[in-house]
Amino acid sequence: MYQFSGKLKTFSLALILLGAIGIAFSFWSAPKTVEQAKDIIAKQASHGDSHGTSHGEVKKEAHKIDGNDHHNSDDKHHSDTENAHGDHHDSAHDEHVFHQLKNKPWSALYVSLFFFLGISLLVLAFYAAQRVAQSGWSVVLFRVMEAITANLVPTSIIMLFVVFAAVMHWNHMFPWMEPGTFDPTSEKYDAIVDGKSWWMNVPGWAIRSVVYLLLWNVYRWMIRKNSIKEDTANDGGKTFKFNYNSSVVFIFIFMITESMMSWDWIMGLDPHWFSTLFGWYVLASLLVSALTVIAFVTIYLRSKGALPSVNDSHIHDLAKFMFGFSVFWTYLWFAQFMLIWYADIPEETTYFVARFNEYKLPFLAMVGMNFAFPILLLLNSDFKSIPWFVIIGGLVILAGHYVDVFVMVMPATVGAQWSFGIPELSSLLFFLGIFIYATFSSFAKASPIPKGNPFLEESEHFHYYNIEHRGESSDHH
Amino acid sequence: MESSKVIHAFYNDDEILMDAVKAVKAEHHHIEEVFCPFPVHGLDKAMGLAPTRLAITAFMYGITGLSVAIWMTNYMMIQDWPQDIGGKPNFTWFANMPAFVPIMFELTVFFAAHLMVITFYMRSRIWPFKEAENPDPRTTDDHFLMEIPVHNNEAELTALLEKTGAVEINVVDKH
Repeated sequence: MYQFSGKLKTFSLALILLGAIGIAFSFWSAPKTVEQAKDIIAKQASHGDSHGTSHGEVKKEAHKIDGNDHHNSDDKHHSDTENAHGDHHDSAHDEHVFHQLKNKPWSALYVSLFFFLGISLLVLAFYAAQRVAQSGWSVVLFRVMEAITANLVPTSIIMLFVVFAAVMHWNHMFPWMEPGTFDPTSEKYDAIVDGKSWWMNVPGWAIRSVVYLLLWNVYRWMIRKNSIKEDTANDGGKTFKFNYNSSVVFIFIFMITESMMSWDWIMGLDPHWFSTLFGWYVLASLLVSALTVIAFVTIYLRSKGALPSVNDSHIHDLAKFMFGFSVFWTYLWFAQFMLIWYADIPEETTYFVARFNEYKLPFLAMVGMNFAFPILLLLNSDFKSIPWFVIIGGLVILAGHYVDVFVMVMPATVGAQWSFGIPELSSLLFFLGIFIYATFSSFAKASPIPKGNPFLEESEHFHYYNIEHRGESSDHH
Repeated sequence: MESSKVIHAFYNDDEILMDAVKAVKAEHHHIEEVFCPFPVHGLDKAMGLAPTRLAITAFMYGITGLSVAIWMTNYMMIQDWPQDIGGKPNFTWFANMPAFVPIMFELTVFFAAHLMVITFYMRSRIWPFKEAENPDPRTTDDHFLMEIPVHNNEAELTALLEKTGAVEINVVDKH
């Protein structure tokens, strides 16, 4: 049995505490009124750095291209009489910036929350896929994957809180939740979003969100319980078959809920924009991160001697998956980008114009981090079995996919007011702390080897043919 | 030229063959060649063959293909005749880069795959109308053959090979 060391526990709790303080600070320092927002912007501009001025420029542009409800109210102002135009526009602009700044702490929390929730979910989906595929190599990693999915529980609870907060209008990340959006008599009426109200309505959204979280957690709870039961079941494979069948059902449910989740939780941030392959794109981003996290936890636990039957070939296979799904992510990212760039239909292109103008560095750096770096580092077969290479590649992949989620969320919620500072960093630390605590305390609760699995023997002797196993006996045939 | 003798030892099981190869290597005899009807996992390691460098050549061919694609699209679409085709930006190569990516990808794969295959054919000396080199037709069906050159140690080698479970041992003159 693995012992969750006191050192690691203290470390994770320190991360949670530090993150919580940072999150509290970011909510406290967010502007409460339009006047405070103006002060903050004025202070930024008075620094006189290029950062402030470039924000000034792109804000104007954002007004023209972006299309959330605040702008529709702008359009109404545009149609006002000419001489009233200037004043109205300025006050509308201040209001707009105020909303973006108010969104900042929420969005920072949301990006990290979605990132960690999604990773845990995709580890669960990958684990289910391994059961369904009856794969021989990954059985010794089952307990690692199960332990990581323990993080699904706390992140789901926090997600429930964020869903509740959105319904209660404590946050304004989803512009279509603004009162009056569906009311033709309101100044904020939005005919385009109203046309989608059969899907995009607060009760439906909230119920769906709860259902997704519930379905995923039910499977996680059930498969974890029955996987431990499998160890001592000795019932002629009955438990194993039950786990197989429930995993088949889960994969089916997962594919549907994952797609719908990405529409509701991410695409819903830009209610005027839609893309058909978005669900796949989110899936690919989270899947490659999930595999990287499995590799990290495996390498850490192996270095602590907690996984005696994991050899270099297992690491090699995980790195191959990291490599392959990095390319898959790039394929989907590019397919989405290129189709929209090529046809250049205004209603679709706004999405990328906003990202390319205001988020140029993260938007382009992401492609380097998620594609060019891993493909060059992990192309070599020898490198894939060397833990340090996998960790270096993995760190860049994880950072790259955090940026990916950042670029999915932030342009819709805070627009040009983005930055990476205390709110973003403390949310990241907060969820990292929860992740470490949940994962390793869960791993300590069960035998690290799933003894009852019929493929265990095969997995323990798994050997990829052209890997030199360093520091292991070579007769693993 | 003095004719040299070789021993042909036949086996009918790949596991026995693997053990035989290890036994012969342990006695420090040089194995000239092993003929198999199908790939035997780990045989190259047991024989001590150097790893292939085919993957490295493929990587370089891929980079060549990518360079060709970049040069070609840049020359044709940007330098030679920069027409306005459906409003696509052609001021610089990078401005129109997304449209060239499918070509860049395909040519990278095309060069990597085909040149690697041709390299393989050349290094393995395979071509149409090439005379087959298998010393015994059974090696393409159900027998494995190990070929060891003889240096005045015929009796010693035969004894060793018999111990390894060979089903047939022939001493052959090789020209």
